[in-house]
Amino acid sequence: MPGITREEVAHLARLARLELKDEELDHFAGQLDDIIGAVARVSDVADEDVPPTSHPLPLTNVMRPDEVRPSLTPEQALSGAPAQEQQRFKVPQILGEE
Amino acid sequence: MTVTELVSYEDALASYDPVMGLEVHVELGTRTKMFCGCSTSLGADPNTQTCPVCLGLPGSLPVVNATAVESAVRIGLALNCEIAQWCRFARKNYFYPDMPKNFQISQYDEPIAFDGYLDVQLEDGEVFRVGIERAHMEEDTGKSTHIGGATGRIHGAVHSLLDYNRAGIPLIEIVTKPITGAGERAPEVAKAYVAELRELIRALGVSEARMEMGQMRCDVNLSLRPHGTETFGTRSETKNVNSLRSVERATRFEIQRHAAVLGSGGTIVQETRHFHEDDGSTTSGRVKEEAEDYRYFPEPDLVPVAPAREWVEGLRAGLPELPRLRRNRLREEWGISEHEMQSVLNAGAIDLITATIDAGAPADQARKWWMGELARRANEQGTELSALPITPDRVARVCELVADGSLNDKLARQVIEGVLAGEGGPDEVVDKRGLKVVSDTGALSAAVDEAIAANGAIAEKIRGGKVAAAGALVGAVMKATRGQADAARVRELILEKLGVQG
Repeated sequence: MPGITREEVAHLARLARLELKDEELDHFAGQLDDIIGAVARVSDVADEDVPPTSHPLPLTNVMRPDEVRPSLTPEQALSGAPAQEQQRFKVPQILGEE
Repeated sequence: MTVTELVSYEDALASYDPVMGLEVHVELGTRTKMFCGCSTSLGADPNTQTCPVCLGLPGSLPVVNATAVESAVRIGLALNCEIAQWCRFARKNYFYPDMPKNFQISQYDEPIAFDGYLDVQLEDGEVFRVGIERAHMEEDTGKSTHIGGATGRIHGAVHSLLDYNRAGIPLIEIVTKPITGAGERAPEVAKAYVAELRELIRALGVSEARMEMGQMRCDVNLSLRPHGTETFGTRSETKNVNSLRSVERATRFEIQRHAAVLGSGGTIVQETRHFHEDDGSTTSGRVKEEAEDYRYFPEPDLVPVAPAREWVEGLRAGLPELPRLRRNRLREEWGISEHEMQSVLNAGAIDLITATIDAGAPADQARKWWMGELARRANEQGTELSALPITPDRVARVCELVADGSLNDKLARQVIEGVLAGEGGPDEVVDKRGLKVVSDTGALSAAVDEAIAANGAIAEKIRGGKVAAAGALVGAVMKATRGQADAARVRELILEKLGVQG
């Protein structure tokens, strides 16, 4: 039983807005399955005394005080935008025509 | 679009039992955003309050706002929730330009607060307990402006413009458990719940929770099930219902719509719906092609939040008196009915009246001015009571001047008018406008003589013992002195001059 199916890869590609050709799907499905299989081996060695972790550092409660720091200027903020208008980021039509 | 013929509310309730779920988003009033130090102040020029973190630029790292976590815990405690010993943030992945990161940092299966309740009081005094499923921390999205569409709507827009000043402002999302058993009072319970939650948030001082400013927003989930069944029906989710009245109307409309669809043999589509303020209806939102798949996973850029028990208990000990209990206490102290208290609450006058009493005014007087003259003026100007340019201290001073006889009600109204017009404090207005009650015998005597002379027939009646007729002469004197005479003193003088015992 594979760790990830070709259909799941196609679904994820769609969610990630990636357009994949059939041969690419075959290719990535195989690669991702290998990766997931390798990572899954961690579960085999982890016993009940090893808690699931999402972070390598044994830290909690890293916070900052609620103090205002300087922001970027709007020119700086918009400097990487492909298009702008009225000091705002301009993006293409969001919904397709119904 | 198919238009569904609604069934009457009564018929809907005769066949079905409504089940609600309310999701409320509250923007916290912190100075800075949830994960960066950008200012959250309102009304700034577009994209002047952004940085690499809230713009999602590569290499930037979020850091949690300590005050936002404290606010979240205090909200959780006030909602009688358990506070997580340890919890994490999660990435909610979706593609929409309102979040430049292409994900929103939220909490998924480890909310900071869970399993609580809020008791809400309905207008007749009945208390209804609403279960709280969870309250979790997340961040707000940017603001989109759609260009080229018919009325600024997303449909038909040619392109959209994004301002990310709001992206990253701390949000607390509060989710109820399924609300059952409200029956025909479901819309009223929904409204009362949101109203009580708003009062609570304000009492905690964590947000102004102004719905008209988008600082508090409500999504209404509703389903119907036939009486006597346990299984929930399919629900609809009406998004962004942004006033108390709308919460009630949207709930009512959806009950009627669901009943119509189900009653004609149809099925409810699980979908999001939009509420329309103008006619109180809802319409179908975007129908989802597939189930939402946000691919939540633990946010690797943030470490867990583990609120220490002592700290949590310290925050619990510092919670203010809950608004509902405070209202009941004040209601008893002021000696007014549930209904009258509800009016005071609806007018946003509780704190104003309390402050006026604290400044020395008797409770009935403080309430009289705020709920009478001042409420009327606020209403006329279409503003909130608290936005009127008069302070509780000044209202209390007016009450004092009335109590010591310097002003009567009519003059007091003129003083308030002067204060509202920016002429200064009550004493200043009294001086400038010359509004003191005239009770000095010498000053009143001439006016009384004139009134007697001009109303011979009435004077004769009074002489003959009809003391009640003196009212007409008092009225004449009040008119002649433009309301400034001390009415009681005038009456004494009239009777004295006509040789009658009062």
